Parts: sequence; C-alpha cells; structure tokens
Amino acid sequence: MSVNSQQALFEYALRLGDNALILGHRLSEWTANGPILEEDIALTNIALDLVGQSRMLLSYAGEIEGKGRTEDDLAYYRQSAEFRNALLTETDNGDFAQTIARQLFYSVFADQLLQGLQKSTDATFAGYAAKAIKENAYHLRHAAEWTLRLGDGTDESKRRMQEGVDKLWMFTGDLFATTEADMQLVSAGIVPDVSTFREAWLKRVSDVLTEATLTVPESNWFQSGSRNGIHTEALSYLLGEMQSLARAYPGANW
Amino acid sequence: MSELFRLPANDLPVRHPDTTAIWEILETVCDPEIPVLNVVEMGIVRGVEKNTDSLTVFITPTYSGCPAMDVIADEIKAALKRNGFENGVVKHQLSPAWTTDWLTPAAHEKLNVYGIAPPAHTTAEKNVLLGKNKMVKCPRCRSEHTVMVSNFGSTACKALWKCEDCKEPFDYFKCI
Repeated sequence: MSVNSQQALFEYALRLGDNALILGHRLSEWTANGPILEEDIALTNIALDLVGQSRMLLSYAGEIEGKGRTEDDLAYYRQSAEFRNALLTETDNGDFAQTIARQLFYSVFADQLLQGLQKSTDATFAGYAAKAIKENAYHLRHAAEWTLRLGDGTDESKRRMQEGVDKLWMFTGDLFATTEADMQLVSAGIVPDVSTFREAWLKRVSDVLTEATLTVPESNWFQSGSRNGIHTEALSYLLGEMQSLARAYPGANW
Repeated sequence: MSELFRLPANDLPVRHPDTTAIWEILETVCDPEIPVLNVVEMGIVRGVEKNTDSLTVFITPTYSGCPAMDVIADEIKAALKRNGFENGVVKHQLSPAWTTDWLTPAAHEKLNVYGIAPPAHTTAEKNVLLGKNKMVKCPRCRSEHTVMVSNFGSTACKALWKCEDCKEPFDYFKCI
C-alpha cells in the first residue's frame, strides 16, 4: 500500500468510526432522560450498537495508521479538528423530536453507505458493513415509525417534529461530502461514492416526511466542513465531557 | 449438538476432529445474559484452531456493542485453563455476521422454557425488517394474542413484548 492510499484508508476508517462514536455518544446522553422508559431503552440500545461499531472501526484505523494508537487513544486523545464525523452526528439532541429527525436523516444515509460498503474489496470494511447494516435496519425503522407518529400526531408533536427537521436540514449536505482521497478509494472499489447518494436519500426522506404530513424543507444552503476537521461548537462540548476522565487520569483502568 | 445446526452449510463452523474436546469444553460456557444457552449453541463460537503449542478460539459478537463479549472471552479462557489448556487465546471474528438463524432448535426450546420467546422466523424471510412481525407466542401461557411494546429491550438482542391474555410482559429474541 502506498503512503497516500494508506492515509486515505486511515482517514476513511476515522470517518466511519467517528460517525458511530459521536452519534453513539449523543444518543447515550438520553440515558435516564428518555420521554418514556421504552424510549430510554431504545435510544441507549441504538447508542450501544453505534459505540460498538466505533470500537471496531477505530481499532482498525489504528492498525492502518501503524503507530500503535488504540481505539481509546483515538477516541480520547484527539482534538475536535482531528475528528472526521459528519456535522449532523454532533448536533445537540434538542427535544425527542429533534433526536428522531437526526436518526431518520442519518440512518437512511447509513443504509445507503453500508449497502455499498458491503461490496468493499477491503475485508474489514465489508465485514463491518454486513454486520452494521442489520443493526441500522432497526435504527431506521425506529426513526421512521416515530417520525410518522409525531408528524401525524397532535398539533404539538407535529410542530416539534417539523422544527427538528427544519433545524437539522442544513447539516444534511455534509453527509455526502467527499475528498480527493475518497475518490482514490472509490476507484479501488474500497468505498462507494457517497456524493451519488443524495438524490435517493432525498427521495426516501421526503417519502417519510410527506407520509408524516410534514413539509420537506426547501432550503438549498448546507453547512460543510467536517471532512477538513471544521466542526460546529457542539463537538467541543461533547468531547469535553466524553474525554474528561481519560484526560484527567491518563491510562486509568478499572 | 452439531447435528442440530440448521444453518446454511457455508456458515457452519468447521470442527476439526482434533478439536472435539475443545468444543465440549466450550459447550460448558454459558452466555452471561442468557445463562440457559451456551456459547456454541448461540452461534458465538466460530472456530477453533489448535496447533502443537497454541490454541485459538474465534468468537463473533451478536451485536456490535454487546457488552457480554469481554465476559464471554474471559470465561472461555478460564474454562480452557481449568481443563489444562493454559495458553488459550480468544480472537474476535466479524464475518460472516452473526444471525439468529444460527440458534439451534434445542436453543429455541430452552429460550421458551426460560421465558424468552425465540425468533419467530429466519432472516431469509423478507418481512423481518419491514415492520411485519409474525405471530410471537407468549413463552408463559403460549397465547398467540401478543403485541410488541418496543423493538428494543433489556439487551441488544431482545425486543419487549406483552401478552394480552396473561398480561405479562416478556422478552422476544429479535431476528437479525
């Protein structure tokens, strides 16, 4: 493997691992805060799937890099500018409806990504995708069912669901961002080209929103930056909490 | 127990005759969350590799985030040690992805007796992830009059259901 393609693969493994880690951590913030017990359990189960996925992906990233960094080193000792997660995954939970909007946007995208990644020529990516796509199917179903229930529910639930959708819409474009390095991996059959997913994503998301009697946002302006390590303020606060123990007691064990 | 496996041939763990004793030891290690099932009938053990001076057991997680995996690895190592295999190593294997289709019929019955409804169908059936659940029998009164409360339950592998007849909530081992 050339130095360039090794770096490209490392960056991509970080992208996948960071998406799972950051979204998983956000969802874990619902622990003991869910609107009902069943949803507390559901959101934290989804968090568990994602954090588990991030462990295998960040371990793999560390292996590719070859500098001896472990999953924990990568999760706990990087600064926000070194994270590669999509902006959508770091957004605040907001209320339950906003969290559901984020889950819908992300899990539709993840379904597309994992379908492509299952065919990867990289055995670890393919193995990860074959496993994660089954878990994501449950996440997607959960998000779609709640979008319908809230959107087509009471005036209050509909207002909140629409606000969640509108608020997060500007972060959805960043999901489809690619880098030059990605395109090397695309031509080597290692990853799918996510920039081609956008139309199908919009169609699937719009179908759910429309059935939920919600309005598909018309705005065409999207915040970008995550692939270059440019994040929103929200990520710094998330990392501040997530990394506090490891940074206060480096190498702590129990 | 191997004759009871009904998984597709290409997904069957290969059991080398030299490793029969190891598989028998592994059948004494139970899943910490579902103590009526051992890790072999759960489909968690994917292979055993034995050379003159090394022994490796390959395991696969049910769900990516299953917190039981570390405990299972420790218990496998401890069981091997108790039986004279001091240097047993446990390695994780991701492919092929674990599926509930690997649970043996005997495992299904043990789950029922334990109070967990077993997976109602195989993942080859397309409806499984499309929200169309098959009928799930109450593991307590065997009523077919049951409803799903939530697709997420007490552990990653279970959903929460309730019985409309005996009114008891119960865990359902969800298809994946």
